[in-house]
Amino acid sequence: MKFDTPAGTNPIDRMKVVGQPHERVEGPLKTTGTAAYAYEHQQYPGAPVYGYVVGAAIAKGRIDSIDRTAAQHMPGVLAIVTAQDLGALGFGPLGKGDKNTANLLGGPDIEHYHQAVAIVVAESFEQARAAANAVHVAYTRGQGRFDLAQEKPNAKALTGSDADTATGDFETAFAAAPVQIDQTYTTPDQNHAMMEPFATIAWWEGDALSLWTSNQMIAWNREDLATTLSLPLEKVRIMSPYVGGGFGGKLFLRSDAVMASLGAKAVGRPVKLALPRPFIMNNATHRPATIQRIRLGATRDGKLVAIGHQSWSGDLPGGGPEVATQQTKLLYAGANRMTAMRLAELDLPEGNAMRAPGEAPGLMALEIAVDEMAEKLKMDPVAFRVLNDTQVDPEKPTRPFSQRNLVRCLKEGAEHFGWHRRLATPAQVREGRWLVGMGVAAAFRNNINIASAARVRLNDQGIVTVETDMTDIGTGSYTIIAQTAAEMMGVGIDRVVVRLGDSAFPVSSGSGGQFGANSSTSGVYAACVKLREAVAQRLGYDPERAEFADGLVRADNRSATLAEAAQAGELVAEGRIEWGNLSKQFQQSTFGAHFVEAAVDSFTGEIRVRRMLAVCAAGRILNPRTARSQMIGAMTMGVGGALMEELAVDKRFGFFVNHDLAGYEVPVHADIPHQEVHFIDEADATVSPMKAKGVGELGLAGVGAAVANAVYNATGVRVRDYPITLDKHLAGLPTLT
Amino acid sequence: MSHPSPLAVSRRVVLAGSAASVGLSAVPIGGASQNVEAPPLTMPPTMPVSMEVNGKPVSLTLDTRTTLLDALRDHLKLTGTKKGCDHGQCGACTVLVDGVRINSCLTLAVMHEGDKVTTIEGLGTPSDLHPMQAAFIKHDGYQCGYCTPGQICSAVAVLEEIKAGVPSHVQADITHAAKATNMEMRERMSGNICRCGAYSNIAEAMAEVAGTAS
Repeated sequence: MKFDTPAGTNPIDRMKVVGQPHERVEGPLKTTGTAAYAYEHQQYPGAPVYGYVVGAAIAKGRIDSIDRTAAQHMPGVLAIVTAQDLGALGFGPLGKGDKNTANLLGGPDIEHYHQAVAIVVAESFEQARAAANAVHVAYTRGQGRFDLAQEKPNAKALTGSDADTATGDFETAFAAAPVQIDQTYTTPDQNHAMMEPFATIAWWEGDALSLWTSNQMIAWNREDLATTLSLPLEKVRIMSPYVGGGFGGKLFLRSDAVMASLGAKAVGRPVKLALPRPFIMNNATHRPATIQRIRLGATRDGKLVAIGHQSWSGDLPGGGPEVATQQTKLLYAGANRMTAMRLAELDLPEGNAMRAPGEAPGLMALEIAVDEMAEKLKMDPVAFRVLNDTQVDPEKPTRPFSQRNLVRCLKEGAEHFGWHRRLATPAQVREGRWLVGMGVAAAFRNNINIASAARVRLNDQGIVTVETDMTDIGTGSYTIIAQTAAEMMGVGIDRVVVRLGDSAFPVSSGSGGQFGANSSTSGVYAACVKLREAVAQRLGYDPERAEFADGLVRADNRSATLAEAAQAGELVAEGRIEWGNLSKQFQQSTFGAHFVEAAVDSFTGEIRVRRMLAVCAAGRILNPRTARSQMIGAMTMGVGGALMEELAVDKRFGFFVNHDLAGYEVPVHADIPHQEVHFIDEADATVSPMKAKGVGELGLAGVGAAVANAVYNATGVRVRDYPITLDKHLAGLPTLT
Repeated sequence: MSHPSPLAVSRRVVLAGSAASVGLSAVPIGGASQNVEAPPLTMPPTMPVSMEVNGKPVSLTLDTRTTLLDALRDHLKLTGTKKGCDHGQCGACTVLVDGVRINSCLTLAVMHEGDKVTTIEGLGTPSDLHPMQAAFIKHDGYQCGYCTPGQICSAVAVLEEIKAGVPSHVQADITHAAKATNMEMRERMSGNICRCGAYSNIAEAMAEVAGTAS
């Protein structure tokens, strides 16, 4: 099904099931520990053995020798596989998927710290771990580049969608603007820190490889594993029915899958492997640090006339930038504008997407700058944002937004949050020892659509089964897909079975970039349209006139149960949604406003977030319960980004020092207050037959700046270097009286 | 011990150097044979352990290095208890031992002779949910589900700890019993990380079970 004209009325508009706050269909499994994650499956031939990965102890250089004699004689050890052993296992040199930057197995060259260099396979986990510690690797350390600030002058311009943009004459307009902001902001390297470690069980049957693994994008993982091991695609099966969080970290093939596959080949048995937590943060990907310069020019009555956003980030050679300027092209009006990204080569671990890539660090900077400009103009920050709203693409004014309710988000949020109680002058509100402030920031994330397919089955009991390689990473895919199929086929959600995360199923959008909910349910919609036709045909009804409701099919005064249509045999239909040019005609984006109240201890500088509210406009909300959870979860991650999350770089040896969950701090229960979320009632017919967008990234976009602005309003100390830890503002806090 | 160069390169260079010298010396002597002549490596010690898990007696003979967490997951196939960090940093492995919550990754299985262990599987089943499990579903106190068994075990234990008068850091007056307030529960739950960020909903689920929902 090609979606190339705006959706008319369709069965989803009934909203009997879609749009309702259904509980997660897999809830009873997840809450009782009966949902099986990658490391926990029991279905494979034979008893499993255990793998443990050895990581490089240098950031850059070469392996001189690997002494495995001690390890290979340790109890239970079955195999040790390094890059030297590939030929003996029947592999050539490993390939590399186009989504990986560094090789997933290092040696002799080492590209980053904790790059995998060996897997030890043993009968038990304890034996494998002990033996892995007895593998001695000798290295020659090379010269590495680990400091973004130092490499900034060498950073290069980019091409394609990452190229510089310019509209009007920014430099002249900025220079002439009566009110100016020119500030530099920094955001640190961050880690996804999803709760389930990277984990895989791999086994071979002849030349066919199967994996239970934990991955957001089944088709990408399958393709890149096939490429890495030089296998035909059809020889690789990937299964990932439950994923214990990903946040972008599990978009790509990672070393757990490759190393378990190599280990399993060596021993001829299934190999279970989970990357140890302290290994993950340097072995896998992270969100790269940024240095951002923002220049804003405004008239005295508060109209932005010049918007400039530059960002510097680093990655391994061949990697990509953190796209921190992308939202700045679209968020506010202003005739003269520029964005520019520069990419430095760094020899730190591989940078890549983490939830709201681009917008998360980009808005952390931009939305402080906007707050600073509002203050300089003596304008309310909500009113200033409302005044500079745009309903068209500012770089191409003939191109409208399909829907843009940012102003409503800001105004309704301000009303609900009690924004009028905020004092414009900072550090004026005291409650005992606490300094109290409020902050606001806009949220923005573009809609992305990805082709997505599904198979739908109807059996003689009237049960509808959906099969697609879509994943549920905590986002609610199982539930919204069940709701979509139920709505389309006119049955209750209890009549639908959803099977996900298996490369034997049709290829979906996968989970990422806020595209999963809308794209994957649209694929299910397309499959259900075909199943409805098959049902009508089987019953001898006119497909154009058949109505599906209450478990019945009705047409021309005839009716039958859905089950009756499958009495002569199961009906199966496959459908795929593909996307036309509507996203070129219309700018399709999602919007929100975040409001935060923060309190700062006037003695210690400790920061406490007291209240949080988000108001969002993101098209039709397919399930308000699970969408709200996506929002509050992202808001929680935003508090982390604002106040605590930072991978500390050892700039001498080139690795992240705080590489576990004790050193890399993320928010805990005590950090997060009750959170409120409101959704503006919308349906965007230009985006899909579901008329939905997504909220997974939107919830994080802008939160960090809203917290930062609230802290500033509380203290009067502006911190532009995230995270805002108490040491950065303690000296500037108001004197105690 | 003298360092030839700046302080910045100290321990790592020494480590790398020693690893290299081991590698170099092993080769000319004949590598593997040298090791074969070394004292034979014995199998790691094992010990029997008997405990009660979810009301059922179990007896295992385990490598003494086996954590309670790995005994549950790999030996008893009770995979509801999760391994998030294996270092006591995340709480995903929380179970109840004789009614008290612990991180099962930080304790060896053989230390639990005679103990009564309750895991998430012992609290309730999909067809017979514990009230805390039902409240988590109702309030959507989970997303990916990986930390959830630990959160639920902790939540059940926290309400018992408050009832039993166990004091906490945020209690205003430790001479009086704590109440199951929002802050009291959040403080006590802070050893259980949820990266999906379901905290606000977990607090509501707990308040409902505690009878303090507003």
